[in-house]
Amino acid sequence: MATTTGSTSANPKVNYKYRRNKARQEMRAHVTSFAMMIFLTLIAFIMVMSGFDKYYVFPVLLLLAGIQVVLQLYYFMHMSHKGHGAVALFLYSGALVALIVIITFMTIVWW
Amino acid sequence: MSTVVQKKGFFPVLWDYLTTVDHKKIAILYLISGGFFFLVGGLEAMVIRIQLAVPDSNFVSAGLYNEILTMHGTTMIFLAAMPLLFAFMNAVVPLQIGARDVAFPFLNSLGFWLFFFGGIFLNLSWFLGGAPDAGWTSYASLSLASEGHGIDFYVLGLQISGAGTLIAGINFLVTIINMRAPGMTYMRMPLFTWSTFVASALILFAFPPLTVGLFLMLFDRMFGANFFDHTMGGNTIIWEHLFWIFGHPEVYILILPAFGIFSEIFATFSRKRLFGYSAMVFATVLIGFLGFMVWVHHMFTVGLGPTANAIFAVATMAIAVPTGVKIFNWMLTMWGGSIKFTTPMLYAVAFIPSFVAGGVTGVMLAVAAADYQYHDTYFVVAHFHYVIIGGVVLGLLAGTHFYWPKMFGTMLNETLGKVTFWLFLIGFHLTFFIQHFLGLMGMPRRIWKYLPNQGLEVGNAISTVGAFFMAAGVLVLIYNIIITQVRNERVGNDPWGDGRTLEWAIASPPPFYNFKQLPLVRGLDPYWIEKMEGNDRMTPAEPIGDIHMPNNSFIPFVMSLGLFIAAFGAMYQVDWRASDGAEYGWAIPVLVIGMLITIGSMAVRSLKDDHGYHVHKEDLEKDDEEGGRL
Repeated sequence: MATTTGSTSANPKVNYKYRRNKARQEMRAHVTSFAMMIFLTLIAFIMVMSGFDKYYVFPVLLLLAGIQVVLQLYYFMHMSHKGHGAVALFLYSGALVALIVIITFMTIVWW
Repeated sequence: MSTVVQKKGFFPVLWDYLTTVDHKKIAILYLISGGFFFLVGGLEAMVIRIQLAVPDSNFVSAGLYNEILTMHGTTMIFLAAMPLLFAFMNAVVPLQIGARDVAFPFLNSLGFWLFFFGGIFLNLSWFLGGAPDAGWTSYASLSLASEGHGIDFYVLGLQISGAGTLIAGINFLVTIINMRAPGMTYMRMPLFTWSTFVASALILFAFPPLTVGLFLMLFDRMFGANFFDHTMGGNTIIWEHLFWIFGHPEVYILILPAFGIFSEIFATFSRKRLFGYSAMVFATVLIGFLGFMVWVHHMFTVGLGPTANAIFAVATMAIAVPTGVKIFNWMLTMWGGSIKFTTPMLYAVAFIPSFVAGGVTGVMLAVAAADYQYHDTYFVVAHFHYVIIGGVVLGLLAGTHFYWPKMFGTMLNETLGKVTFWLFLIGFHLTFFIQHFLGLMGMPRRIWKYLPNQGLEVGNAISTVGAFFMAAGVLVLIYNIIITQVRNERVGNDPWGDGRTLEWAIASPPPFYNFKQLPLVRGLDPYWIEKMEGNDRMTPAEPIGDIHMPNNSFIPFVMSLGLFIAAFGAMYQVDWRASDGAEYGWAIPVLVIGMLITIGSMAVRSLKDDHGYHVHKEDLEKDDEEGGRL
């Protein structure tokens, strides 16, 4: 058993079995996403080193980076937990606004 | 508590306000300084109208005229309208959601002082070699060529006050998300709180582009960069985009809280629940969302191509839909209501046709092809004054009369209030309605003088007469405020008699800890619900207990003062480098000292724990016996 959440709660009604189970699931998700992130990073390095065409490499790199950001946010910064609705809403609205600005700049200012 | 305050002399009171972190006192600070800048901006407007009253006038010189029109726009938007809205947000929103203060009282104070020092810095340009003169939009191709320090004052002043605005916006977001009283769900929040919430979200997303734009401008002008200089590989259009990515949401930041104030007033004086509450909330959010999709409609004639123009034209017209939803809901709120025509209600009723007129010209301007005809004419001037005065300023004046008793515990004179209303409304339409036609006849915007016998004389003369009516209205309001405060007739918690929301459930002005016991909210318009059930106060949601309060702090003032000092150093180091170190040698040291003051006070704030204090249960109970009410 690699993880124990320990009994941080003074409440005697806390269900330890449930909490331990929950913690185990969480740990599994952590390890899985960590492995995936290493794997994605490896793909990125190999792709660059093996000298593919840059118009192929750039979009795939951006996509991999995007996936890593999502994994980071959800599995390591706890956005998958309850009570992060407002945070997620503002994060996504901000990302949307930024995206619109970037698209506009790429199409009507620089293109 | 009130007995203690009355014994204070002038300097203790001044010190109290300089160090306060109480949202109600910060609201008063915002109201006073916003009101002061409103008068300054109004004075500038009067000079503009006097200059244009007759053809070929020489009342002011061309250069001075450019400075005045720039400062009129900049002052009215950044230093008058926004702080006045913040005044009402600060005074009302924590009360409306049943909170004891905003989430970060220290930051609230910091936000105010940053705004204040930024505004003072900007206006000092009048005495230090000339004000900015490139229009409130300060397009880079103009402003980079502007001589003297005017534009530097603009960039640094707005950067400082913009930081304050961003801080205030984030503070309200956190407050509204986290500090609602038990039972106050999102869909029970009063419309003013909702519109404050959406406007704060717009501030959060709209001010960073302005900050970026101002930084690029600052480096171009003061540190030799070339972001906007096309001869050096820069691009002047980028400033226009950055400015309007901020600038369009900015006008919604102004109008949404005004919509919120009107929504409260319509429901209160129609003595009816707001019609279509959920549709109103949805429309508010939708307007906020669409506000970010339309900035290019300010740039139709830049030459971005028909595709870009068409996309943004359609997006712009789409905003008329949620706005229309709101207009109809306000009218249906009045329908069948038992209407009382108090001063705030008069403003609210007059707002509907005035604002709709501005909205209709807005849709006309959104037709990209037609905009080539309207662009940079007085038609545009008429349009945005119709939405900003017909919407925001009427909202601010309505809010002043409506919330005055809650903020100061006295009631503005209703007769004088109605005199102000009629003078201001007639003056407003007289000034700006005719400007639509002046614009269509070809009178360009921002023009210093026009020649006789071109058909522009009568229209401009009428417009100037209207401006004097508005000025008279404002003077009556000032007189009204003075006599009201001198008479000092105290009013109770619900002076209008028809209060619906939580702020009317507690004393006017409320005790410094707001709610002795947090109220239990049982639905939309919680105080109205209690009144309808025969209760004279809210049901408490908690027993009386100790209340944790923040300590006053002088640090926000010092922190902002440091940036104010540093800004002078940043600006005059340009002269120091130009003069090869002969003069202005003090500039860099001043920059460093200013930054040290700011960073030092931040360090003090971070390292020194300030846990605040508790108001004890026994004192609260004693306060109750002395006549305090929940």
